[in-house]
Amino acid sequence: MDFFSTAFAIIYQFGDAFAFLVLSAAGLAVIFGMMGVINLAHGEFIMCGAYVTVAVARMGVPLPLAIVAGSIAAGLVGLVIERLVIRHLYHRPLDSIVATWGISLIATQGVLIVLGSTMQGIGTPLGSVQVGALSYSTYRIVLMAAAVLILLVLWLLFYRTRYGVIARATIAAPQMARALGVDTRRVYALTFALGAALAGLAGGLYAPTMTLVPTMGATFIVESFVTVVVGGADIFLGAAPAAAILGVIRAGLTAWQGQFFGQIGLLVAVILVIRVLPNGLSGLILGNRR
Amino acid sequence: MAGETLLSVSGLRGGYGGKPVLQGIDLSVEEGEIVAVIGRNGVGKTTLLKTLIGLLSPMDGTIRFAGEDVTSLPADKRAKVGIGYIPQGREVFPRLSVSENLMVGETAGAGRSEPNYQRVYDFFPILKERARQAAGTLSGGQQQQLAIGRAMIGAPRLMLLDEPSEGIQPSIVQEIANNVKRLNAETGVAVLLVEQNLDLIVSMARRGFVIDKGRIVAKLGPEEITSRDVVRRHLAL
Ligand SMILES: Nc1ncnc2c1ncn2[C@@H]1O[C@H](COP(=O)(O)OP(=O)(O)OP(=O)(O)O)[C@@H](O)[C@H]1O
Ligand SMILES: [Mg+2]
Repeated sequence: MDFFSTAFAIIYQFGDAFAFLVLSAAGLAVIFGMMGVINLAHGEFIMCGAYVTVAVARMGVPLPLAIVAGSIAAGLVGLVIERLVIRHLYHRPLDSIVATWGISLIATQGVLIVLGSTMQGIGTPLGSVQVGALSYSTYRIVLMAAAVLILLVLWLLFYRTRYGVIARATIAAPQMARALGVDTRRVYALTFALGAALAGLAGGLYAPTMTLVPTMGATFIVESFVTVVVGGADIFLGAAPAAAILGVIRAGLTAWQGQFFGQIGLLVAVILVIRVLPNGLSGLILGNRR
Repeated sequence: MAGETLLSVSGLRGGYGGKPVLQGIDLSVEEGEIVAVIGRNGVGKTTLLKTLIGLLSPMDGTIRFAGEDVTSLPADKRAKVGIGYIPQGREVFPRLSVSENLMVGETAGAGRSEPNYQRVYDFFPILKERARQAAGTLSGGQQQQLAIGRAMIGAPRLMLLDEPSEGIQPSIVQEIANNVKRLNAETGVAVLLVEQNLDLIVSMARRGFVIDKGRIVAKLGPEEITSRDVVRRHLAL
């Protein structure tokens, strides 16, 4: 293999791992980082997005629109669940873990009962590109671009819009924000819905590449939690760089020793980070700034 | 000064659960007035202001603002009817820029008035100079100006100002006092000032309440509140 195709193979592996980590973690990171709620139903919001995307796509709607529909559906479910359950548990983190776990179980079992053990999927679109001796899925390259784009859009949302500024103020000092007229409950509701919609978006984007089963959320859950734990509470200073570092670890170990060791590498990384940096990368970066 | 009652508090009891810190407070502020609440450390001054803005819920008593009973309104709704809060310790949002801090302050005035940035920058030029800087990197005096500006931008009719002089250089203290007095004169905003700094009390307030152990123990009229001896005696109580 010549240099260029080897380099492409490595970059592709890294990009694929990075995109999966970023997309699967974004929703979880927003909800944890902004609200401190550990959402164990994260995988089921992903599943919801995937199922709705596939159902809508099979009605003949173009895939990009179907993915948007999947994301919106998950966001709306998130809004309802926030109103009915999460809102009552904001100052009880352990209770919210148990409650979201319960929601996760209800969702997977409910989908199993209503829609059966599997749903017919849609094939991965866009075919493949040949680089050197190997061929690569074009759609997976699109996913890498989508991951970068979503980080950019989230950054603009949180740093360049009124909602974003008010959300950041609310996270920093909810009482002070209230005393300035901010309806903090509404901010939390919108933020939870945003996190759910991001999870749904991840599900929609990966739906064409996966088998649709009610437990498919579990495929994402390890990667998403590892990324958020390594990253810490800030999505831009934490989750995004964490996804880059973990992407390197995973792509490197996978290329060297195979898929299984790639996964082991992630788990070892998270154990090390918990020992050394209890507040994750963003804790380290912000700590040094002060 | 219109002489209409803007804020009236009667029989206010409240605190943090358990034994109430406030043991039945009665006070009032007229439209356009600067009124001081003075007293030693730990007598409940901050607790009073937090209960007035709605961050603590009262156990008993009523709070009326501009003729409306606001006792059961949450803090965000009280801010929106025109109560501005400048807490002890300033509590600017440290990682937000100066202009983002002001933007959050706009929320209180939304639908009631247009945010007047020109006026804020006119009173506190440093805020314009440092608009893009993170608020956490400002000096104490600058943060105090930002906290006042952040309340001003929401066009309050009453500002609750908790120990603005605390931890600030004496030269800046007088400047802040002058700015608040000028703001009061030009816009007619009323001020309920909690202070322990003698100079500030004497130079700003036109009336005062002395608080001790959660009760109002004395009321000071215009002559008394501007007399250094009287105020010093009540502060040392
Ligand atoms: N968060 C809290 N929880 C429980 N008790 C509190 C809390 N904050 C203050 N207290 C108590 O309430 C009482 C009144 O405190 P407060 O802060 O209102 O006093 P203050 O008059 O503002 O004092 P200072 O001049 O030091 O600011 C004190 O005895 C204090 O210990
Ligand atoms: Mg105090």
